[in-house]
Amino acid sequence: MSTPFALRITGIGAWAPGAPDWQRLQAIFRGEAATMEDAPARPAGTILPAAERRRAPDGVRLAAEVAAQATGMAGVDPATVPCVFASTHGELAITDYVCETLARSPLELSPTKFHNSVLNAPAGYWTIATGCTTASSAVTAHHRSFAAGLLEAAAFACAEATPVVFASCDVASSGPLAEMTRTTLAFGMALLLQPDGNGGTRLNLALRPGAAEPVRVVTWPAVAGDNPANAEALALLSLLAGAKASNLRLPLSSGLSLDMEIEP
Amino acid sequence: MPERIEPLAIAACSATSALGHGLAAQLEALRSGRGGLRANDFSSAPLECRIGRVAGVEDAALPAPLAHWDCRNNRLAWLGLRQDGLMGAVAGAIDRHGATRVALILGTSTASIGATEDAYRRLDHGHFPEDLQRPEIHTPHSLAAFVADATGIEGPALTISTACSSSAKVFASAERLIRLGLADAALVGGVDTLCDSVLFGFHSLELVSRQACRPFDAQRDGISIGEAAAFALLERVDVAPHAPRLLGHGESSDAHHMSTPHPEGRGAQAALDDALARAGVDVDAVDYVNLHGTATPKNDEVEAKLLPRFATRTRASSTKGFTGHTLGAAGALEAVFALLAIEHGIVPPNLGCSEPMPEAAPWLALQPSPRRVDVALSNSFGFGGNNACLVFGRGAAA
Repeated sequence: MSTPFALRITGIGAWAPGAPDWQRLQAIFRGEAATMEDAPARPAGTILPAAERRRAPDGVRLAAEVAAQATGMAGVDPATVPCVFASTHGELAITDYVCETLARSPLELSPTKFHNSVLNAPAGYWTIATGCTTASSAVTAHHRSFAAGLLEAAAFACAEATPVVFASCDVASSGPLAEMTRTTLAFGMALLLQPDGNGGTRLNLALRPGAAEPVRVVTWPAVAGDNPANAEALALLSLLAGAKASNLRLPLSSGLSLDMEIEP
Repeated sequence: MPERIEPLAIAACSATSALGHGLAAQLEALRSGRGGLRANDFSSAPLECRIGRVAGVEDAALPAPLAHWDCRNNRLAWLGLRQDGLMGAVAGAIDRHGATRVALILGTSTASIGATEDAYRRLDHGHFPEDLQRPEIHTPHSLAAFVADATGIEGPALTISTACSSSAKVFASAERLIRLGLADAALVGGVDTLCDSVLFGFHSLELVSRQACRPFDAQRDGISIGEAAAFALLERVDVAPHAPRLLGHGESSDAHHMSTPHPEGRGAQAALDDALARAGVDVDAVDYVNLHGTATPKNDEVEAKLLPRFATRTRASSTKGFTGHTLGAAGALEAVFALLAIEHGIVPPNLGCSEPMPEAAPWLALQPSPRRVDVALSNSFGFGGNNACLVFGRGAAA
């Protein structure tokens, strides 16, 4: 096992249908509230300037919303905080649009949709909206996107001794591609990771040889759906909501798992 | 400014592009000034432009146990992996450290979306055709998952997809994992193949030239799109003390616009400053800069504003006139070109430029020239204002 490395989670963001922020999701996990009947269908994403918000695809609004919640709760200035945006599939509705348009009439492809199709669209819009000039990244690892993205963000925070905002988001599948991607509902979450200091929740990470079993969905199967990254993110959030010392082991690669110790 | 880092050895590397398969073909072309662009014979509908297409990708069939990964992008990856003894070098690293101690971090912008495009062209009553009903290739992680399977690497595996800076940033992420002791070696690189998405996408943004791209030329009018596979194996220097080294890396964001660089190159400057600080190298010590140099009017105008920071003896060139803009593979491909400059004492010429922009002319290498290169830089800038700069240096004398 690798030497564990320690971080602190000082900010959390979340958005799911019926749970537009971390406070609501935490209350749901604690059994203190139900999902909101009248919750907005799309993330607010108010950190994006109005013009950008109108242009931004759903995945960008989702990522901006959860990242803003996490940096806001931590009280850090997002302009100075590196960011890592993870996603299993990226902007699925735009991929569907691009492939459908290319098959039908390739010269009609919209330039705005094309530049919104890149996996780093959330990182691009986020850095523009927040004035963040430091490193920003967009990562994926298919079903391991949550664990691999979290490791990337945590490694950045520890190696560079800086807070990092990590977000993991996926939007719903659409079109013929949906049979391959199987993500039923939009879900996103973000963590503000601090390499040291006080406050928040301590998170110890270590790599352990041997692949872990995927997380069995115990909470909110409709949102976790068939997207393991969402299921794993929800598993970590439910432990954070419980505010008790706990452990979580996630598959990271064919030969490794990511071990987490959570100490409130 | 960041602290200086321990250098890492480039224990092995390889590149496959429109210039040919493997390092020898790249070197011969860069030395002789032979470019690889040709008339577009790829897109599913006509589009007048030049492309940097790799010969023989279609023939690089995957072996039976890997056949479920089959798609054009993974064929290019497979072609690239089998050059220059790379598979043997990776096997050696696995032997030395163990499969779970070798990380895999690859950059790509579109991965195997060509296969998804193909499925949409051949929909069967609204469903993907049976041969393409393989979820593992309709994801941007298709490339890295395939390479993990093909090489037996079992350490952390990640795809970085930040458009045209993707496979430069992989060097930085791998260096951090090794510095923290989370891995002892890392295979990094990038693979992107031609596909309709990028050909028609960049065309829709009016960024594609009808002719071969002309980086830093006063008359430049856009990019030529190419494809490539490039890889490097990073290990601590004691494993390969004579190999060239990764000295530093810098990453930044423009915070300006999704598809246009900051007018003063603010992000590019910051990435350069960071990379030099991590390398502990003074800007005057830089012998060669492989420029991003896409040949769009805007990119080259902004990037030229960086050049006055370098001594006039520093030579600079964009190699996109040779290979086209290989997008998510460009960072790794051009890192390999910077390594070839160090290893073989050459400065690749800035092919395609006959009337250099006056602002860039004092630094541009227009003809191939032999020259000792001890320190080489590579710039990569992507959509969304995502910038990376890498610094490479010479290993210990043999």
